[in-house]
Amino acid sequence: MKLVIGIVRPDKANDVLEALYRAEVRGFSLSKVQGHGGELDRVETYRGTRVQMGLADKVRFEIAVSDEFVQPTVEALCDGAQTGEVGDGKIFIVPLERVVRIRTGETDHGAVTPVGKS
Amino acid sequence: MTAILAQAGQVDTGDTAWMLAATALVLLMTPALGLFYAGLVREKNTLNTFMMCIGAIAVATVTWALVGYSLAFDGTGKIVGGLHLALLNNVGFAPRAGTTIPQLVFFSFQATFCIVTVALVSGAVVERMRFGPFLLFSALWSILVYAVLAHWSFGGGWLAAQGTLDFAGGVPVEMGSGFSALAAALVVGSRKDYGRQALLPHNAVYVLVGAGLLWFGWFGFNGGSGFSTGNPGVLAFTNTLLTPACTLAVWMVLDTIRGSQVTAIGAATAIIVGCVGITPAAGFISPAWAMVLGAVAAVPSYLTIVWRTRTRIDETLDVLAAHGVAGFTGILFIGVFASKSWNGVADGLFYGDAGQLGSQVVAALATPVYAFGMTYALLKAIQALFPLRGSDHDEALGMDLVHHGEEAYASGEGAILIKPEGDIEDALRVAEPV
Repeated sequence: MKLVIGIVRPDKANDVLEALYRAEVRGFSLSKVQGHGGELDRVETYRGTRVQMGLADKVRFEIAVSDEFVQPTVEALCDGAQTGEVGDGKIFIVPLERVVRIRTGETDHGAVTPVGKS
Repeated sequence: MTAILAQAGQVDTGDTAWMLAATALVLLMTPALGLFYAGLVREKNTLNTFMMCIGAIAVATVTWALVGYSLAFDGTGKIVGGLHLALLNNVGFAPRAGTTIPQLVFFSFQATFCIVTVALVSGAVVERMRFGPFLLFSALWSILVYAVLAHWSFGGGWLAAQGTLDFAGGVPVEMGSGFSALAAALVVGSRKDYGRQALLPHNAVYVLVGAGLLWFGWFGFNGGSGFSTGNPGVLAFTNTLLTPACTLAVWMVLDTIRGSQVTAIGAATAIIVGCVGITPAAGFISPAWAMVLGAVAAVPSYLTIVWRTRTRIDETLDVLAAHGVAGFTGILFIGVFASKSWNGVADGLFYGDAGQLGSQVVAALATPVYAFGMTYALLKAIQALFPLRGSDHDEALGMDLVHHGEEAYASGEGAILIKPEGDIEDALRVAEPV
């Protein structure tokens, strides 16, 4: 089992959701984050005060999947989030020690498999 | 009293006092519209949407003072007025002919109409049209479309001459903006994600507050269009309360039938539709018929919104439904239910004068054709010189950052102050490939 963490542009979040749906990846969580990933800063001006905005808004997907779903998930994230310009984001894949589904107490593989599939 | 003074060419202090206040009320409608529109768009386009309305104040006031006012209100030419009032020449403290208020006040009052109408059209192109071309479009549109239509119905042009009744601007303001909006949406094209993703209003509270402030300003808009504190203005003022309230009530019922819930944004829309519906008719129909108009006007506008959202036409903020169609309804309604005992001018079909309905039908057909055609041609011409919209990348980033370098809801986290003497050449305005 792996935890796939994808950090993408906010305006690409809907495309990623669509791609995940098509890849039949059903369980994930999503949060709004701010970060910096090597893109050049933008300058904003507020009543004459110029500021350099070092943080860009991003959306962070967290998707816990069984091993055979890692590759489809990564592909879905790339498909949905890519624009080809700096700032598209990154995907981190980290090993998962344990997973528990709270409702049933199922663990590990059973817990990361959507209901209705085995 | 007013009529006697008007004939004597004298200024009435009471009338002038009311018109000064009414002018300020109408000017408030433009930022109110900005708030209304800003709430309806996505967060990243809040400021740009608001700024299109603020920009309209800058542009339309200048064009109005330069030539717009003169083309609309100088003389009784069939199509346009003359240039004797250009650059505010001959506009002074003497009363405007036929009124008891100084022409300077009359000029300002009419200027606020031109401003808000230009701002209305922006609703069709928000979230993608570039700011510069929009300002250029505003300047030309205020002259080529607004001033011409204002002349037709207010300034003694051919519509007024053939008997069309239009109290506060069903022709130039409502149908003018609504059908121009449709043309603008077609030329500029739909937003890149339109029809593919749900593009939702980001702040319904802004929409409600904006609608409330618009309604408040509309008392000056309609109530001031009698140019006095006499009967027509008083009737228009009261009708401006009655009609939108009835539209609101009917809209709630329509919402309930269609979706079993009363929506807040629907209610805000209903207020606008009602205010628009009564605009042309305000000083011409009885309060009872005004209430009926409110109920009737809800239906065509409601159906237009339902229809429009099923098409590929991204007329983003439904200016056509709320203004074009409701203005159309109001203009025709006068032809049927105007009554001489209330307005002292003319009866409609219901009170025995079928000819009045004919005059209203002419206006209801000619205005949409002119507004749509001229706006379409104007935007095509501008498009030949400047791109009307930015790249998909810009659209994804949001108009606020791309055109204004500001965010509506900047948090300040990660913001580094650039010292005035600091070198900003290293930092680009927008993230680009290294």
